[in-house]
Amino acid sequence: MIPASFDYTAPTTLADALAALAQGGDDAKILAGGQSLLPVLKLRMAAPGLLIDLGKIDELRGVRMEGDTIVVGAMTTHHDVIADPLVREHLSLLAKTTEQVADAQVRYRGTLGGALAHADPAGDLGAVAVALDAQMRIAGPNGSRSVPASQFFTDYFTTALAENEILTGIAFDSFAGWGAHYEKFHTVSQAWSTVAVAAAVLVAGGTVTAARVALTNMGPTPIRARGVEAALIDGPASDDAVRAAALAATQGTAPVDDATAPAAYRSHLAQVLTGRAVLAAAG
Amino acid sequence: MTTTEAPPAEIGRPRTRKEDQHLITGHSTFTDSMVLPGMVHLAMVRSPLAHATITSIDTTAARKAPGVVGVWTGRDFPEQGGLACAWPITPDMKSPVHLPVPTDTVNHVGEIVAVIAARTKAEAVDAVELVDVQYSELPVVTDLAAARDGSAPVIHGDLGTNVSATWVFDSGAAGTGGDASAAIEAARSDPDQIVVERTFRQQRLIPAYMEPRSTVCDPNGAGDQITIWSATQIPHILRTMLTLSQGIPEGKLRIIAPDVGGGFGGKLEVTPEEVATIMVARQLGKPAKYTETRSETMMAAHHGRDQIQHLTMSARKDGTITGFDVDLTANMGAYLALVGPGVPILGAFMYNAIYKIPAYRFSCTNVFTNEVMTDAYRGAGRPEATFAIERMMDELATELGMDPIEVRRRNWIRHEEFPFTTVAGLTYDSGNYEEATDKALRHFGYDDLRAEQQRRRESGDRIQLGIGTSTFTEMCGLAPSRVLGSLSYGAGGWEAASIRMLPTGVVEVVTGISPHGQGHVTGFSQIVADRLGVPFENVKILHGDTNISAKGLDTYGSRSLAVGGIAVVKAADKVIAKAKTIAAHLLEASEDDIDFAHGSFTVRGTESSVTIGDIALATFTGHNLPDGVESSLDSEAVFDPENFSFPHGTHLCAAEVDTETGKVTIRKYVAVDDVGVVINPLLVDGQVHGGLAQGIAQALYEEAQYSADGQLTSGTFVDYLVPSAVDLPDYITDKTITPSTSNPLGVKGVGEAGTIASTPAVVNAVLDAVRQFGVADIPMPMTPARVWQAIQDGSTAAGSNSSSTGGAA
Repeated sequence: MIPASFDYTAPTTLADALAALAQGGDDAKILAGGQSLLPVLKLRMAAPGLLIDLGKIDELRGVRMEGDTIVVGAMTTHHDVIADPLVREHLSLLAKTTEQVADAQVRYRGTLGGALAHADPAGDLGAVAVALDAQMRIAGPNGSRSVPASQFFTDYFTTALAENEILTGIAFDSFAGWGAHYEKFHTVSQAWSTVAVAAAVLVAGGTVTAARVALTNMGPTPIRARGVEAALIDGPASDDAVRAAALAATQGTAPVDDATAPAAYRSHLAQVLTGRAVLAAAG
Repeated sequence: MTTTEAPPAEIGRPRTRKEDQHLITGHSTFTDSMVLPGMVHLAMVRSPLAHATITSIDTTAARKAPGVVGVWTGRDFPEQGGLACAWPITPDMKSPVHLPVPTDTVNHVGEIVAVIAARTKAEAVDAVELVDVQYSELPVVTDLAAARDGSAPVIHGDLGTNVSATWVFDSGAAGTGGDASAAIEAARSDPDQIVVERTFRQQRLIPAYMEPRSTVCDPNGAGDQITIWSATQIPHILRTMLTLSQGIPEGKLRIIAPDVGGGFGGKLEVTPEEVATIMVARQLGKPAKYTETRSETMMAAHHGRDQIQHLTMSARKDGTITGFDVDLTANMGAYLALVGPGVPILGAFMYNAIYKIPAYRFSCTNVFTNEVMTDAYRGAGRPEATFAIERMMDELATELGMDPIEVRRRNWIRHEEFPFTTVAGLTYDSGNYEEATDKALRHFGYDDLRAEQQRRRESGDRIQLGIGTSTFTEMCGLAPSRVLGSLSYGAGGWEAASIRMLPTGVVEVVTGISPHGQGHVTGFSQIVADRLGVPFENVKILHGDTNISAKGLDTYGSRSLAVGGIAVVKAADKVIAKAKTIAAHLLEASEDDIDFAHGSFTVRGTESSVTIGDIALATFTGHNLPDGVESSLDSEAVFDPENFSFPHGTHLCAAEVDTETGKVTIRKYVAVDDVGVVINPLLVDGQVHGGLAQGIAQALYEEAQYSADGQLTSGTFVDYLVPSAVDLPDYITDKTITPSTSNPLGVKGVGEAGTIASTPAVVNAVLDAVRQFGVADIPMPMTPARVWQAIQDGSTAAGSNSSSTGGAA
């Protein structure tokens, strides 16, 4: 488990990182928390010539309020996301999902931005970004741009990030007061999600007034379950109504079919877990 | 009161492990920790194909790579001998040549085709990618049934078949019981009997020890000594087998098993990697090290289990078994491993388990496939046997509509019937299945759980509850040499020990077993402290170096305590006998008047005494010894028991099945084990807990899977699911103590018990929860997808004609 040799640089500013990236071209790879990239390098499934470590760039870390928007720096570790008071107040879906990412060691090293940029369809946090309509803040040689999460994930392990761009932060509206739950289904605690569902709902007087639902590992990218949301809104937050609405969870999905879990089973799970996630979120 | 209090007995004390401080403070010395002057590092080029002819190997670029010292293909090792299989189960067993580095053909993914030596590990690994190997693909065989029935292409052309051997035991022929075929035939036409026929699949498992395999070889010892450090369970066997298979004189070989991080049978092997490392070191005249990656462990180290079990049982309608036929197909992989062919045969004596079965037949056909070899994995043959019989007992109970515990009671050997000679020809010395079962039922709350199960069924609860039973026994303490000889095993089963009484009160105990995580240093210290009456702290256990422990047969088969521990006791008794003569002389008394207790020799009826430490010092000075007595208390002993030991127990599992997702959660697990006299309850609990984890993992999580073209698709821990503590329940463990009569301590083995017992308990529990939906069986591992699918299929199949499934969704 020794990676092929590579050059390494750890710039202290975003500008320097972008410059290094421009210089390294397609032979360069961004290193965030390393929890996915390092195993890939050690297994020699990738052999970039240059690693640009973002770990020393302070401006990419931490959670801040910008007006009504909560911005999580791309290099904020999962552990710091979970502990952050702004996240806990405004983004409980993000906090609750991040608590279920991998294990404590990974959460101390892995970062929100790294996980999202890696875009593993079985990764947990993409569904949160999609459900909450996060804006992905991206810096490149020509300045900054913002991409909605729904357009950020484009395919398996593929995002809207260009080769010369860096994800700098993830901006969310406030979901203070919403109920939230991440229903993760995996065979053992260390395994990836077979299927998982992120749900946030606003319930008033027993009626669902707003709902956000997204699915993990039901296709090449995280999938917003808009059909479920539509079926939920203005309906009762009752067991029967929620489970009926959850049947729409398979709309627009394309789950993989493998020995671990046939596609039909994943589709069934998506419906069951959606019901459970929404009911748990509705409290 | 000033009388001397006897010190508390060490045996039975929950001592924490002597080994742990060394291990957990970072002072461990694993093989990979070894650094020798001038040492080169090796990396292996491995076959990406399961079956192919090697048409060419171009090593030019690799040889020129930075730091590379040399590159070897199979043809560059003219000295290499075939790896030996030590267990020819039949005289006509077919065994292909197994070169450590094959020259012409690769027969499984991961076989070594070239070896690279470089100044650093990184340089060696970099050069792997520069070796250009051309292959011509051959047809791949992964289907056991096809390998057996001749419909698959022959893998080893010179053998002419994919069948290695068929081994048969028939109680009618052996005179230990009736004719099973006749009994089953008779049952088929007897209205008062039923015949239950099932086929189960024992999936392939990966031992998954924590420390990957590693070997360091220093070829430059004084007197041509070749020193080999290896992460092995079997330093002594490795030494002998290297001589037999590679022609290196045994006297030149010193094998050291330093700290070894687990094995579970997976390091009971003489490996291609060990031989390749030795060959490179000897050719270069430099020390060489090879440590595998986890991916290489998964792909190239031996696997376990992998059988198809076809089982036929006949019984009277009151539940009494009348006949049992076992027909196995066992996957050997591409070659025969060290004891691989014998692993399923070890099970032959255990399919009858704790039951009085009047007629029994066992047949096992070992076949070759293009997969990595199988060999010992925790339990080795006995988990497979226990699974089969305990599943069948539940199947029988289901067919007869009886309580599964009651069916077992009807058939098991009652405690007053010991010693009991079984239909397989073994004599069980002792046991008390009734007591263990009663105790387990009390801990479990059996009746309450059955009532809850009924409530959940009636209400159609999303969570259904099932109860699984496993009343098991096993034969362990591998010995006796005569029995192993009768099975054509290539070695004995004795164990050796020696004791050295140092002048300062330290007792050095040398044992031939080779611990790799069990805690033997602690347990053996307790035994010796009690036996010799010396402080626990003063006992030093030495092992795992053939220059120190010259004689031994190592650690596997739950033999270390029940065989190795007894050798230590016998050596200690010899020390006492020697010391007694000297004590009598020093105390000026007759030897007949000397008593020994708590480390002191006392003239009976007097206060006159001398300690064993005093006598050790007296032999050091030699100033005052009786005439003709040599100046030493040191002793050696070998123990070869006349019988195995037979631990047993009752395991009960309550499993919850989420019928919407198929996920299984173990709600409660009770293990009441009888491992005889307990030396250290902490160590016993540790063994039981770890064993349960591995047995439960077979039921629910783990499976080594090959694709049809022979690629290992579960080659990382992302796909090969080893559970962690989070995934496993709290265990309720308890014991009954029925001392073994085959050794003076009354101990039995415990290393494998949890693994052997637990798998069928879990599977029986899951099936008990979902049979109501028409589910007859679910293959292991019982993954959520499989459980859910079984419920869907069962419900569909049961469908219209099932009226008793009120809980069905």
